[in-house]
This record gives sequence, structure tokens and C-alpha cells, in this order.
Amino acid sequence: MTDEKTIIESSFDRVYRKRRLIQKSLFLLFRLAALINCAGLFLVVSFIALKGYKAISWEFLTQPPIDSMTKGGILPCIVGTLCLGIGSIIVALPIGVASAIYLNEYASPGRFLRLIRLGISNLAGVPSVVFGLFGFAFFVVYLKMGESILAGVLTLASLTLPVIIGSTEEALKSVPDTYREASLALGATRWQTIYRVVLPAALPGTLTGAILGLSRAAGETAPIMFTAAVFFTPGLPGSVFDKIMAMPYHIYVLATAGTNIEATRPLQYGTALLLIAMVLGMNLVAIIWRSVLRKRMK
Amino acid sequence: MATIRQRTDNSVRFIFFVIALASISILFMIMIFLFAEGMPIFKKVSIYQFVFGKYWYPTSSPPDFGIFALIVASVAVTMVSAAISIPLGVMTAVYLAELAHKRVAEILKPIVELLAALPSVVIGFFGMVVVAPFLQDTFGIPTGLNLFNAALMLSFMSVPTICSLSEDAIYSVPVALKEGSLALGATHLETLMRVVLPASISGISTAVILGMSRAIGETMVVLMVAGGAAMVPSSLFDPVRPMTASIAAEMAEAPFRGDHYHALFATGIVLFLFTLLFNIIADRISHKYRQTGEASL
Repeated sequence: MTDEKTIIESSFDRVYRKRRLIQKSLFLLFRLAALINCAGLFLVVSFIALKGYKAISWEFLTQPPIDSMTKGGILPCIVGTLCLGIGSIIVALPIGVASAIYLNEYASPGRFLRLIRLGISNLAGVPSVVFGLFGFAFFVVYLKMGESILAGVLTLASLTLPVIIGSTEEALKSVPDTYREASLALGATRWQTIYRVVLPAALPGTLTGAILGLSRAAGETAPIMFTAAVFFTPGLPGSVFDKIMAMPYHIYVLATAGTNIEATRPLQYGTALLLIAMVLGMNLVAIIWRSVLRKRMK
Repeated sequence: MATIRQRTDNSVRFIFFVIALASISILFMIMIFLFAEGMPIFKKVSIYQFVFGKYWYPTSSPPDFGIFALIVASVAVTMVSAAISIPLGVMTAVYLAELAHKRVAEILKPIVELLAALPSVVIGFFGMVVVAPFLQDTFGIPTGLNLFNAALMLSFMSVPTICSLSEDAIYSVPVALKEGSLALGATHLETLMRVVLPASISGISTAVILGMSRAIGETMVVLMVAGGAAMVPSSLFDPVRPMTASIAAEMAEAPFRGDHYHALFATGIVLFLFTLLFNIIADRISHKYRQTGEASL
């Protein structure tokens, strides 16, 4: 009698222990995967930071390149990247916000709305180099802008548009419907409700999206390769029809096509460090801001 | 009585409608201009020859415009990177959604987002100066700039996409399902494997497809680390030349509206169709197998 009981218990124990063991080891694997992700980011950032910080100096930030790119700074690239990034946000933000307002506030659910959403998600999935081809064929050639800041800005704006539409929609969705109903009940029209009630409440979330869009535009290389960026310009840009230097393109050219790849290494690391500091900094601001907003919403 | 207020309201609505249409029209403009600049090449070579032609010698005379090797390279790089990034991304997502403490998850999620924000040119640069020499020394191969390196670096870009979308899917599985399974005596892991993951499989598949779509369209990474040889790879460590890299590298030197130029736009069409297909499949899956709570299961 007791024998039977212990046998059942011990076999149950063994199975249970085995199940626990499998669980433990697989959970360890999951933890490891998460760890690898963090390690990846940490590895890239710390490597670039360690190699790059020596290159960063006052001269590096304020001088144009000299001696066939091997010395001097990257001022024109910094200015160029800022021009392209900020310019593309100025173009994409109003269009993106207006589109998001239409999709979220006006459009009634149905086949048409679904088609538009499918279009936007597809636009988000178009490879960056295809945006570059499009920008070249449309802005540079067809609209005769030439390779210029303007063409680069418009190309990058089409690329950041889905990012902005997405985050603005999220911001609009987080505005409680009671706000809208209260405003409409007081006799306001749709537009008055949107303009006076919904938009102010959604503004911080929209701005987060704008920052994310800006950082995306600043880091892109392929779309500006054929539309705006050049290897070297002697001075700073004077008009929107000038060609421009940009940090991502600068890194690419120095690292692959320069005549003195080894001699310009410090400059490459320095530019890369500055670029990731800029991009990750903007993202960090956006992420922190968003988490503050979400807490406030609760 | 249509007051001024109402009329303003209607016209504002119309303006927003037009702007929303304009956003979508960019997608159509991309198609129109890709086709307008790409189709002329098909007067010289047939579509079949272009897609399945084995030789890509656009600058020799007579030139060869066959992008088969480029397509194979793109697909190979994407597949290898998927083999790395799917397990990594999904496992991290499971960890974040199911295992991690709330505090830890709140720190880890932004890290995944930051990983997604790293500019591709910086990842490419990292692959060139760190990973390539490392691979070359460790495996004793002639060049560290190859298919494997490119796939590894691409995983950097697709893991965050896969991870954050999968995490949303796993997170949205109803608690009642999990509780039911646990109440029947299943362990946490068994619940995960038999209940939670099957319930969120549509979201995870969407995530995987979008991640792969991102990998196949990525340009700077493959341009810098894939090696650039336009041939069908026979091993993991062969240099390759994916479509994106070919377009980015050759656009500058291709004579304006020459055959080479048109061929590059036609490559762009093929690439565009690939990503369009990926996105439409992802959309189909997420709509067809949408999770709508317990009732749908």
C-alpha cells in the first residue's frame, strides 16, 4: 500500500521536477535574448563613443574639413543635417497632422478608410533607397529642383510622413471621447472641437512624434544620396537650391570611398559619435516625454 | 439653415480629406515614377531575362542586365538575418511581456526602441570596422565583408521591429486564457507555449513579416558590409550584392537616362514589389486573424 503511494508520488515528483527544469532553462534563454539586445546597443554605442570622443573638439564642431578631408571639422555636415532634418519636419508635420486628424476625427470606418491605412502602412514600408530613386526622378528631375536641399527635404519629408501620421493618430486616440462629447454638447462644431479641445490635448503626443520623425530624417542616408548630399562643399549653404554635406553621408563616404580611409578614421568615429548622440538624444527625450504623458493620462 | 460655422466646418473637413489623399498619393507617385524611369529597360531586355539573367555587368560592352544574383543576395541576406532576428526578437518579446518585472520592462523597452533608432549608416560602419576584421580573423576567411556579416548587422534593425510588435501581440492575450491554463495545472512555460503564443501567432507573424520587410529594404548596412560581389553566393561567407546596395552604389555613376539608369530603376521596381507584397501579407494576416478577445478562440 505505502509502496504504491510512494511510487506514484515519486514519479509525479520526477515529472514535475522535469517540467520545472525545462521551464527554468527556457526562461533563462528568454532572459538571455533580452540581454543580447541590450548588449548590442551597449556594444555599438560604447565602441563608437570610446573611439570617437577624442576626435570631438571645438575645432571639429566649428571648422569645415581641410587637407582633402583628413583634418579640420565637420561644421558643414552638422549644418546640413540640421537643415535637412528640420526642413523635412516643417514640411511633413502639418501634412501628417492634418492627415491624422482626417483619419481619426472625420473619416467613418469602412473600406475607404482601410484602403488609406493600408496605403500609409505601405508607405512606411517602402525602402529608403526607393525613396531616394523617387526623390531623384520626381523632385530633382521632373520638378527641376536639381540636387538641392529642397529636393532632399521633400524626399525626407515623404519618408517621415508615415511616422508622424502614426504618432499623431496615437495621440488623438488617447484624448478621451468625453472631451469631444462635452465640446459638441456645448454647441461647438466638429472643427471647433478639434481646434480648441482635441488638438491642445493631443499636442504633446504630436510633438513626440515630430521629434521621432526629426531623428529619423537626420539619420537617413540613402534618400539623400541622389537628391541632396555631396562629398564636399567649401562653404555653408546659401540657398535651398544648394547642394549640401550631411553627417550620415559623410560617414559613408569617408569610410568607403575616401582616398585616405585610414587617415580619416578619427573623423569617421567623431562624426558617427556626434550623429548617434544627436539621434539617440532626440529619441531619449521623446521616450521620456511620452512616458510622462502616459502617466499623466492615467 | 447652413450657418457660416457649418460651412467652415464642411470646408475644413474637405481640406483635411484632400491632405489625407495627398499623403496617400505619395505612394502612387512613387509607383508612377519608378515605372516611368524603369520600364524603358524592358525594350532592351525582356522581363524574364532581367529577373532571371545571371549576369549583372551594366558597364561592360555589351552590357548584361540580369539581376538574379542581386535578388538571390537580397533574399539570402534577409533569410539569414531572419534566422537570427526572429528567435531573438520573439524571445525578447516574451521576456518583456511575460517574465520581466514591470520596473525592468520599463527600462528595457526604451532600450529596444533606441536600438531601432540607431542610424543604419552607423550600424554599417560598426560592421565594417569591428565585425568584419573580427570575422576575418576568427574564421580565417578572405573578407569579413560578406553575407553573414550583413545579415548579422541587419538583425540589429529588424529585431526591434519584431520585438516591439510581438510584445504588443503577446501582451494583448486575455488574462482569462492564461488563468484557465494555469488552473489546469500547466506550468508557466507550458501556458506560454500552448496557449499564449498560439493565441498571439497572428500578431507575431505580422511582426516577423514587417521585420523582414525592413531587412530586405535596408540599404546602407548591406552597401557597406555585404561585400558587393554580384554573384550567387555559395556559402555563408561569400560577398554578395543585394538590390538596395546595387542601386545606391551605381546611381551616381550611371549615365542619366541610359540603359544602366533605367535598369537601376527597374531593380527599384522589383524591390518595391517585394516590400509591397510583404506589407500586404502582413495586413491580410493582421485583419483576417485579428484577436478579438476570448470569443475568437
